[in-house]
Amino acid sequence: MIFTDYLFYLFSSILVLASLRVITANNPVYSALSLVLAFFSAAGIWLLLHAEFLAIALVLVYVGAVMVLFLFVVMMLDINIEALKQRFWSYFPVALLIALLFIFEIYLVVTDKFFSSLDPVGIPLEKSNTHSIGSVLYTDYLLPFQVAAVILLVAIISAIVLTMHGKKSHKAIDPKDQIKVNRNDRVRVVKMKSEKKK
Amino acid sequence: MVTLSHYLFLGGILFAISILGIFLNRKNIILILMAIELMLLAVNINFIAFSHFLGDLSGQIFVFFILTVAAAESAIGLAIIILIFRNYKSINVADVNRLKE
Repeated sequence: MIFTDYLFYLFSSILVLASLRVITANNPVYSALSLVLAFFSAAGIWLLLHAEFLAIALVLVYVGAVMVLFLFVVMMLDINIEALKQRFWSYFPVALLIALLFIFEIYLVVTDKFFSSLDPVGIPLEKSNTHSIGSVLYTDYLLPFQVAAVILLVAIISAIVLTMHGKKSHKAIDPKDQIKVNRNDRVRVVKMKSEKKK
Repeated sequence: MVTLSHYLFLGGILFAISILGIFLNRKNIILILMAIELMLLAVNINFIAFSHFLGDLSGQIFVFFILTVAAAESAIGLAIIILIFRNYKSINVADVNRLKE
């Protein structure tokens, strides 16, 4: 075994343990933090596979943005954890059976000679990983790239529109109300006698 | 020697764990979203492993797009969760049944 093999086993065991912690933790905050650990170790595995750009993008986008969003939402909502944890383990035998069956099937498929005897070809190293991704992304995949940008724009707008309150949070005057105003709403003439000095 | 099989098996284990997570946390919408993120991570590991072992950069490009779509999905999903919590005062899947009435 060479050094990177030890690294692979280290990262993958951390990844599996962290993801088990994600699904069994009592508090959603701990789940979110374990998910962060899982993403970090996955980024390590991607580095072993020479996907440097994506590893950094995973840490920046997921750990930096998406998981912070998750943590915000988890902390913002007042969740009754007891109600959500009722009968938590009741489907566990069925779920474990399905999961083990899935792992067994995957095992049967991936231990095939084709997968285990394949030597890594690797991307040619004269350019950096970011450089080579960029040179493909902006030529062959230009249209999907723009569609991805549109998807992100739609996500921004829809997230804002969905969570915006109906309540007015600013002090600007609505022109519609401004036009409908008449004199009686603003000025009231009060008739009263002048008071005398005592 | 770590081969392609090891990476694919790791992806399979991760996917199975997230299936298990959806079964266990079937009442908690936030945990279901997190399990979906784990599933996407498992798929991404497979893509990158194939990209490395076959020497084809298209796998990494695909992972790039999956990351984009997953970020958009979780942003909209969390917005919907906030809406559900505002209207029902709970994020239990079983409580979200107003359409039935």
